[in-house]
Amino acid sequence: MAILPPTKGDGTPAIGVPVQEGIPRIHPGGQGEFLDKIEPGEELMEINMGPQHPSTHGVLRLVLSLDGERVRACRPDIGYLHTGFEKSFESHTYQQCIPLTDRMDYLAPPINNLGFALAAEKLLEAEIPPRGQYIRVIVAELSRIASHLIWLGTHALDLGATTAFMYCWRERDKILDIMEWISGVRMMTSFIRVGGLLADVPEEFVPMVRAFVADFPQRVDEYEGLLTSNPIFRQRTIGLGVLDSATAIAFGCSGATLRGSGVPYDVRRALPYSSYDQFDFDVPVGVRGDVYDRYLVRVREMREACRIVEQAVEGLPGGPVNTSDRKVMLPPRAEIDNSMESLIHHFKLSTEGFRPPPGRVYSAVESSRGELGFLMVSDGGNRPYRCKVRGPSFSNLSALSYMVQDELVADVVAVIGSIDIILGDVDR
Amino acid sequence: MGLRSADEALEFPSLVRAAVLDGADAPAFPGVIPSDRDLADAAAQEGIFTTTVGKVVAWGRYSSLWPALFGLACCAIEMMGASNARFDLSRFGAEVFRASPRQADLMIVAGRVSQKMGPVLRQIYDQMPDPKWVISMGACASCGGIFNNYAIIQGVDKVVPVDVYIPGCPPRPEGLLDAVIKLQKKIAATPVSSLRE
Repeated sequence: MAILPPTKGDGTPAIGVPVQEGIPRIHPGGQGEFLDKIEPGEELMEINMGPQHPSTHGVLRLVLSLDGERVRACRPDIGYLHTGFEKSFESHTYQQCIPLTDRMDYLAPPINNLGFALAAEKLLEAEIPPRGQYIRVIVAELSRIASHLIWLGTHALDLGATTAFMYCWRERDKILDIMEWISGVRMMTSFIRVGGLLADVPEEFVPMVRAFVADFPQRVDEYEGLLTSNPIFRQRTIGLGVLDSATAIAFGCSGATLRGSGVPYDVRRALPYSSYDQFDFDVPVGVRGDVYDRYLVRVREMREACRIVEQAVEGLPGGPVNTSDRKVMLPPRAEIDNSMESLIHHFKLSTEGFRPPPGRVYSAVESSRGELGFLMVSDGGNRPYRCKVRGPSFSNLSALSYMVQDELVADVVAVIGSIDIILGDVDR
Repeated sequence: MGLRSADEALEFPSLVRAAVLDGADAPAFPGVIPSDRDLADAAAQEGIFTTTVGKVVAWGRYSSLWPALFGLACCAIEMMGASNARFDLSRFGAEVFRASPRQADLMIVAGRVSQKMGPVLRQIYDQMPDPKWVISMGACASCGGIFNNYAIIQGVDKVVPVDVYIPGCPPRPEGLLDAVIKLQKKIAATPVSSLRE
């Protein structure tokens, strides 16, 4: 029996299909004419990477056109984790949407909560007291560290360094213990609510965070000792997946993917929210825009996040954590016993939630992956009329095809790791 | 050296722990499990040891589950956490995550399964050699969780047969350990002949 090469539906061979001129390709964006570099008549092999692949960090599928070991074209196929968040928002009250946002970028749930809460508060024009803002910053920065730790561990694991994975998880579990202490849940805390927080933090919170902050910089030294000057790691990453600043901007990249290319754009600095303007921190940028620079930027960001947490916990003001607007936040339990009005507010908020005035706002936060924006439209009802989420991973992923152009197929996993995508953030 | 009764033969620490946790008076295993000490005694006494093939096969199966390295969403992060040093899934013999489904006999569905992912998941399941087992980790995989909408399959048991369900969103790593222990008990109680498909 003859073994025939696989064919497509029309009988043409599926392997080594000559690339024809004039076939529309995905929009390259920016300056990238990279996809048109494929010569007409060139023999390429198409292979699938994913959606079940340990190094695609989830369920990403890449269709790679290979010339031997070289990647000539890479087409990401997304949607394997499409969850319908934006549609689900429309059938939940604002406060009910918070648990949904947890599960978008599931490595840093509090930052998602914060983005949604800030957008809704912008609609409501609600003011959060300083203590609430500081605790939000602490929780968000801790989860940024936790997210970067997972990135560092898995990125190193993809490149064959297994020890860093174990080390990173050790510190991440300490952060999760803090999260569990304040909210009862390790990962999906839903701690940041519209109008404030789930509750004020327990008194053990500050000592726990102080202990973590005192210990963490030495731990980062440990990770760096394993990787930063490791010759294998450097050879695998330096000069790989170079993304110049103009192209990064054209693709809409943000976060460390953009800053690794030398653009000092950080939403916390550019459009300060939640009292980030009161903290002293640096925005690290890269010079070459390669995988190694993005690694250095993120590792430095962990140190900066640790600095922010330290400042916030030392300067933690007293007072309430929630907005005093009784139309938004539940009244204190003691008030309900004494005040008929509080009882009515409690009942109305619990049964149907609050109703922001009609309007449209955009509000962005710096998530651990980049600019996480919420475009929220209210029609005056108790549910968002529309809530569009600008996920940073989606835009960062669009630059992947550009970065892996003409690189070796084995280096694709290094580039994917360096842009730190989360498929829950890409697909939603 | 012959058969020992099951309730004194159990020296498999995780399973003893599981039995204690369940408060069960009955032994975790209906059959007879050779302990390491039994084997050593038997070897010392001219290597004679009696049991049945089915029990030895089940012992081999439940003691070394190889999960497919296959994460979908949030629960996959806790699954990775379970394989790390603090929770250490390898204490229960199930830490060898295989990137190829052809080398795996346990599928841990960790996360929400979208309509687009469902056929892929089924294909991965079909690629796994028999006998194979499925753990549905978390609320989304078990029943759709909080996502009752057009995009998410309302329970992975619509796609593949599930042996153990874990509640939680996401479950703690201890939840996954508990599910592995429960699955081990289930495998031990399954006659070897019934696993043929």
